Amino acid sequence: MASSAAPARPRVGVVKMASCDGCQLTILDLEERLLDVTERFEILDFPEASSARSAGPFDVLFIEGSISDPHQAERIVELRARTRYLVTIGACATAGGIQALRNWGDHAAFRDAVYARPEWVASLDRSLPVADLVPVDAELRGCPIDPDQLLELLAALATGRRPQLCDESVCQECKRRGAVCVAVAKGVPCLGQVTQGGCGAICPRYGRGCYGCFGPREGANVDGLLRHLTADLGHDPAEAGRLLAGFTAWAQPFRSAIDATGGAPEGSRRSLPMAPEAARRAAQEGAR
Amino acid sequence: MTERPTPTPAPVPEDRTYAVGELTRVEGEGSLHLVVRGGEIVEARLGIFEAPRYFEALVVDRTPDEVIDIVARICGICPVAYQMSAVHAFEDLFGVAIDPSVRALRRLLYCGEWIESHALHIWLLHAPDFLGYPSAIAMAADHRERVEAALRAKKAGNDLLRLLGGRPIHPVSVRVGGWSRAPRRSELLALRPALADGLAIAQETTRFVASLPMPAFAREPRLVSLRHPDEYPFNHGRIVSSDGIDIPMADWRSIFEEHQVEGSNALHARTLDGKGAYLLGPAARVTLTGGTLHPLAREALDQSGFAELIRTNIYASIVARGVELIHAYAEALDLIDAYVPPSVPLAAWEPRAGVAAWATEAPRGLLFHRYVVDDRGRIREAQIVPPTSQNQAAIEADLVVAAREVLALPHAEATHRLEQMIRSYDPCISCATHFLDLTIDRA
Repeated sequence: MASSAAPARPRVGVVKMASCDGCQLTILDLEERLLDVTERFEILDFPEASSARSAGPFDVLFIEGSISDPHQAERIVELRARTRYLVTIGACATAGGIQALRNWGDHAAFRDAVYARPEWVASLDRSLPVADLVPVDAELRGCPIDPDQLLELLAALATGRRPQLCDESVCQECKRRGAVCVAVAKGVPCLGQVTQGGCGAICPRYGRGCYGCFGPREGANVDGLLRHLTADLGHDPAEAGRLLAGFTAWAQPFRSAIDATGGAPEGSRRSLPMAPEAARRAAQEGAR
Repeated sequence: MTERPTPTPAPVPEDRTYAVGELTRVEGEGSLHLVVRGGEIVEARLGIFEAPRYFEALVVDRTPDEVIDIVARICGICPVAYQMSAVHAFEDLFGVAIDPSVRALRRLLYCGEWIESHALHIWLLHAPDFLGYPSAIAMAADHRERVEAALRAKKAGNDLLRLLGGRPIHPVSVRVGGWSRAPRRSELLALRPALADGLAIAQETTRFVASLPMPAFAREPRLVSLRHPDEYPFNHGRIVSSDGIDIPMADWRSIFEEHQVEGSNALHARTLDGKGAYLLGPAARVTLTGGTLHPLAREALDQSGFAELIRTNIYASIVARGVELIHAYAEALDLIDAYVPPSVPLAAWEPRAGVAAWATEAPRGLLFHRYVVDDRGRIREAQIVPPTSQNQAAIEADLVVAAREVLALPHAEATHRLEQMIRSYDPCISCATHFLDLTIDRA
């Protein structure tokens, strides 16, 4: 229950949907700054870190993960009603995650490829970003989120100001850091021009092309990039499109560009016949 | 080392169903179902409801390097393990000869992940159980110095991952053939002081956790791990067991299989010989291949007095994890001192059709990958068997034993004891088992 007096510290919750735990782990990976954060915020509910539980209400609720089963779809609506600032953290919560590749395919075929007894598994046809179901107040991009961006958001929340989050492209970050352009120097396909920064241009600095895990930046010229990849560098359009079919594939305009180049890779697109492995397991289960 | 006195068990009714739990979600709840027949617990079931994400289907038609990026996302706590099992499987199939320094750097990367994961588990997830706190954050009110030291020690592992992989969670530089970027010697040497500090903290941590009161528990599980004649197992070795299994890692399917169990979204694994449950992870590795531990880790194990108990008392896995934490720091320091940048950081390779199969040792146990690859190097079929799904049957077998011990305890204490036991496996559903909801249905 909300008390009549203003709380001394913002009350925070951390909730997981369909995800790998990496974004909430980034909170625990604040390392020596973690205890400072917990002095400024009251951690009300954070099951990965604490067995002390609370149903809220929350001043700030961090949501990790996409909405991918019926229970999560109900739960996010209930949580929204008990939350003042709802913040989505990471590519799954903000864009549907890598698991949103199933949105191009036949979900039943997916389920059948992995589970011998699909009727025991409850799962939605699509993996959706949280904002498709409820209003979201702020988002942190990335797969996983960047710890400095997380700290900046926490500082802003603690002091009641707007967070200063990166709104430039990975390409601009890369230039600022003086990294060698892998696209120009090596002809490596790179999504840096169309991807929102905030990561510190990790991939180009580590000798490879950006794979878009922070998602499309506002006004991204994806068509221009695809033309460059196909006309200038000679890549097959489908190959160029599959670059976008990664951790933020379901976010626009990546999603439309994937459609325009022939859809997501075969494994996510096609109605898979039951994989031999699953078929073998099903036969075994049937025999028992 | 002390053991809590076992309370005199209250008489258990002859036939009763203890529907323990209502756990529905991994992130929120787990479920535990106990059946008592003739005064004996005959069934204990742990439910896992982690929403399925279908990785084995998502990797179909992808390239080997794309697979390395994708499978990391199965687990934010042990992404390196997924990358290592995949990259070695592909290199083995394609016949890629890697530079010796590339091999050493991969061991170093795994050291970073073991440090990050074991330090997280010991201090942030497990120690609060022994010390009576809901979390490390709450524990910091009374044990500030210990928690600060733990966070510092964990940071040393994450900094190592960040240098080698660009970021600690989902690193980007592991590629078929080697590394997209290999570190300079000076960069590695800069991490040395923090890793040496971490080593000292790990030694103190292991002494400390070995002094904690261990709940009484005894079950001798079948243990399984990789074993290598010359090194503590990360990326190479043969699959061995405490009862004589000794096979090449690619032959995992000749001994083990997965099957689906109602009430769980994680496939279970079992042995084909009908013996059922087996245990993976620190206790298995320390027991089966303790001879290859770093001398400093071996010394800590011998001094702890736990070398025998970690085999039969799952609660004592926290000590095995401490011993491996020492190993990871000590080996990381040795690898850094011996480091010579690879002459070929990224070897060229050509795809080849066939089956790519490999296993490595994730922090929580053996992780097996198998991919059917076509002649363009595209994945046609995948099987990924994480350690937690393999440990599920052992967890349930141990729950039977633990439940017998706790049925006479007050409700809250019994619940807590079972949660503590489940956390002893460091399952990837640690978050769920933090709030196992114990309800007893008197059928």
